[in-house]
Amino acid sequence: MTDARIVPDRLDTRASRLLRSWEALLLALAVAIFIANAFASPYFLDPWNLSDATFNFTEKAMIAFPMALLIISGEIDLSVASIIALASTAMGHALSLGAGTPELVLIGLGTGLICGAFNGLLVTRLGLPSIVATIGTMSLFRGVAYIVLGDKAYTGYPEAFATFGQGYVAWVVSVEFVLFWILAAAFAVLLHVTSFGRTVYAIGNNPTAALFSGIRVVRVKFLLFLMTGLFSGLAAVCLTSRLGSTRPSIALGWELEIITMVVLGGVSILGGSGSIFGVVIAAFVLGMVTFGFGLMNVPGIVMSIFIGVLLIAVIALPRLIARLRPHRHA
Amino acid sequence: MLVSPVTEAPAPGAERAAVLALEGIAKSFPGVKALDGVRLSLHPGEVTALVGENGAGKSTIVKILTGIHQPDEGAILLDGQPVRFATPHAAADAGVTAIHQETVLFDDLSVAENIYLGHAPRTRLGLIDWRRLYAQAREMLARVGAEIDPTARLRDLGIANKHLVAVARALSIDARVVIMDEPTAALSHKEITELYALVERLKAEGKAILFISHKFDEIFRIADRYTVFRDGRFIGEGAIADVSEAELVRMMVGRSIDAIFPARAHETGDEILRVEGYSHPTEFDSISFSLRRGEILGFYGLVGAGRSELMQALFGVTRPSAGSVTIDGAPVSIRSPADAIARGIVYVPEDRGAQGAIRALPIFQNVTLPSLNRTSRHGFLRLAEEFRLARDYTRRLDLRAASLDQELAQLSGGNQQKVVIAKWLATRPRVIVLDEPTKGIDIGSKAAVHEFMAELAAEGLAVIMVSSEIPEILGMSDRVIVMREGRMVAEFPRDGLDPERLVRAAAGIGTKP
Repeated sequence: MTDARIVPDRLDTRASRLLRSWEALLLALAVAIFIANAFASPYFLDPWNLSDATFNFTEKAMIAFPMALLIISGEIDLSVASIIALASTAMGHALSLGAGTPELVLIGLGTGLICGAFNGLLVTRLGLPSIVATIGTMSLFRGVAYIVLGDKAYTGYPEAFATFGQGYVAWVVSVEFVLFWILAAAFAVLLHVTSFGRTVYAIGNNPTAALFSGIRVVRVKFLLFLMTGLFSGLAAVCLTSRLGSTRPSIALGWELEIITMVVLGGVSILGGSGSIFGVVIAAFVLGMVTFGFGLMNVPGIVMSIFIGVLLIAVIALPRLIARLRPHRHA
Repeated sequence: MLVSPVTEAPAPGAERAAVLALEGIAKSFPGVKALDGVRLSLHPGEVTALVGENGAGKSTIVKILTGIHQPDEGAILLDGQPVRFATPHAAADAGVTAIHQETVLFDDLSVAENIYLGHAPRTRLGLIDWRRLYAQAREMLARVGAEIDPTARLRDLGIANKHLVAVARALSIDARVVIMDEPTAALSHKEITELYALVERLKAEGKAILFISHKFDEIFRIADRYTVFRDGRFIGEGAIADVSEAELVRMMVGRSIDAIFPARAHETGDEILRVEGYSHPTEFDSISFSLRRGEILGFYGLVGAGRSELMQALFGVTRPSAGSVTIDGAPVSIRSPADAIARGIVYVPEDRGAQGAIRALPIFQNVTLPSLNRTSRHGFLRLAEEFRLARDYTRRLDLRAASLDQELAQLSGGNQQKVVIAKWLATRPRVIVLDEPTKGIDIGSKAAVHEFMAELAAEGLAVIMVSSEIPEILGMSDRVIVMREGRMVAEFPRDGLDPERLVRAAAGIGTKP
C-alpha cells in the first residue's frame, strides 16, 4: 500500500559542496598570502627560497595529520612536542652508545609509539580526559629529557642520518616535502575512504551512539593515540636530522602550533568534523606566513599575534555566520 | 452516582479557595497536542494527586506551572487572579516550586548553599553572610526533619537526603505550591516513609501540594484529592475518599483502543533466545524468559522498573552479575554491543538523541554504521553499496527526507526514528529489541513503526518491545512480561491481557511490597 516515495541519494554534487566549504575559503587565503608574499619580497619566488619555506611546516604537519583524526574523534594530545623531545633524547643517547642510522630511526619511532601507547592507556583504560592526561605527559616526557640531558646536547649524528632532514629527492624537492605529500595522501585515504575513518567521525559526533552501533570505541581511540605518538616519533627523526643535534628544548611550544594548524584547517575542536585537505592547506598558510614575515624581518612577536588573531577568527567565524543566517528546521 | 447538577455539593476542600487553578489549558507541540482544555486546582493544606498514563500530559502541566512552557490557551489563576508565568523565575516568585525526579542541585556546593542559591542572606557589603546562611539552613533542615549537616557537600549525601535538601530549598523560597513529580521513584521503603511524614508537615503548614505518582498505594495513602488526565484531556477529579482503586484505574486507561494497530497472525516459530537467572547488582534481578521467532514480546512496567537496563545488559552495554543467554540453544557471551550485533541481537534505544542517532552525519551514514563491514571491502568504503543499503531499508519504512545525503538532524523525530530502525534492520538481526519505539513521535510515524514491527515479526524476526504505553502493549504484543522494581512480577499470554491487570501488576496493587 505504501507507494514508497523515492528519496534521492544526493541533491548537490560533491563539487558544489566543496566550493562552499571552509577548505575553499582557506585555499583562497593561501593564494592571497602567496601573492602578497611575492609582492612584499623580491626573493620569495626564488625556487630555493620556496623550498626552504616548506621546512616551516613539514615536520609539524606530519603530526598534524594524525592529530586531526584524534581531534575529530573528540580527543586531543598536547604532549606531541614533548614526545619529540623524548624521542630525540633517546636517539641521542643511543648515538652516544654507538648506534647507527637504522637503529636511530627505529629508536625514534619506537619511543614515539611507547609514548602514544602510554597516553592512550591513560585515556582509554583510566578514563582520564585527554586534555588533562596529555598536559601531564607533556611535562613528564620533556621532564625526562631535561633530566637526561641537563644543559648538554647530543651532537655528531652520522652523515647518513642527515638524509631525512637535509636530503633532497630531486632539485629543490626535499625528502621531508615528499614525505609530507605521502603522509597527506595516506591520511586522506584513511580518514575519507576507509571504514576506520567513518568510525572516527561517528565517535567524534556521538560516542555513545557509536558504541551502541557496535563500534569498538576504546580500540579506535587507543589506535589514534598510538598513531599520533608514532608520527611524533617520525617528526623527531626528521627534526633531529635537520638540526643535527638534540637539546631538551627541541620543538618547544610545537603542540600549540600543530593544534593551530589542525583547527585552522577546519577541524572542529569539539570533534566530529574536518578534513585532511583543509589541514594540508592550513600547513601551507602557516608555513608561508612564517616564512614571509621572516623575509620581511617582522619580529616574532608580531607573528604570534597574527597567528593568534587568525585562530580566534577561525573559531569565531562559523559561529558568527550561524548566528547571522536565519534558522531553518525541517 | 446521584449528583444533581443543581445542588453543587462542595467538593472536600472547596471551602478553602484554590490557591492555584488552571482552566481550559491547551498546549501543542509540533505534531502533538499535549494538552487540550484541561483544568486543575490546588488547595492550601491539601495533597492533589495527578494521575495518568505516560503521555497523558502530566509533565507538560508541570512545565506550565513552573513557567518553562507557556500555554497556548487557557488561564492560570493565582488566588483567583489571572497571572502569567513567563519564566521559571516568575513562577518561583509566585511561590510555585517543583521537586523533580532529578532535581537540579549542585553536587559540589554545600547543603546550605544549595538551599539558598540565588537568595542567600547577605552582609551589608553585599557578600554572602555565611554565619546566617548556615544558621538558616540548619533551621530549614530541622523543619523538614532532616538530620543533615548544612556544611556537608551535597555529593556526599544519599538520594533521599538530596531530596530533603530539595524540599528545604522549596521551603526556603517560601513556596505556597509544591509540586512533587514522582518523588519516591528512587527511594527505599524507609525513605519513602520519611517522605510521607514530610508531606504531612507541609500540609500542616498550609502548602498546596501537587503529587504526581504512578504508585496507587502512595496516592491512596497521602492524597486528599485526585485529578485524572488521559491523552491530554481532563477526565475527572474528586476526593480520594470517594473513589476506589478500580475506578481510578478505569478512568486512567479506560479507552477504547482507538489507535489502529495492524492485524497479525500471531503464529510463532521455534525458540531463538533464552535468558536465565539474569541479574545485575543494582538494576534487575533473576530475570528469565524465552523468545520465539516471529513473536513480539512486550515488556511493560513503570519508569525505573529496570526494563531498559535489562535490555542494555543483553546488548552488551553493561555487564550482568549472573545469568546466562542462549541463542538457538548455544550459550553465548556478550561483552560489547559489537558482540551482540555479531550474534544477531540489536537494540533500538529509547534515548534516540543520545544513543541511537548521530545527528550531524548524513542519513545514509547513520544507516550503514553498524554494517560497515558489509558495505566496505578490505576496509575501504564503497559508497554505491552504502547508498543501496540505505535506500533499501529506508524505503521499507517510508522515510520522508529530501535526500539520503541529508543531515539526520534536519528530519522530524518520527523520521529520525525510522532511520535508527533502518540502521538496525540493515544488520539483518535475528532478535530486535525496541525500547519505547514510538515515544515522542507523531501519530503518522507511530502507525508506520507499528505496521513495520508486524511485518518484521511475520518475516520471522523475534521482537522485544519495551513500552510504557498500554495501547501499544495491548495492540502489538503476543505475550507481555511486567516488571516492577527490577523483577518480573507477571506474565500474560495474549488472550489474558487486559489493561487493568497490567496497571495493577506494574504498580504493585494487591501485592505486598
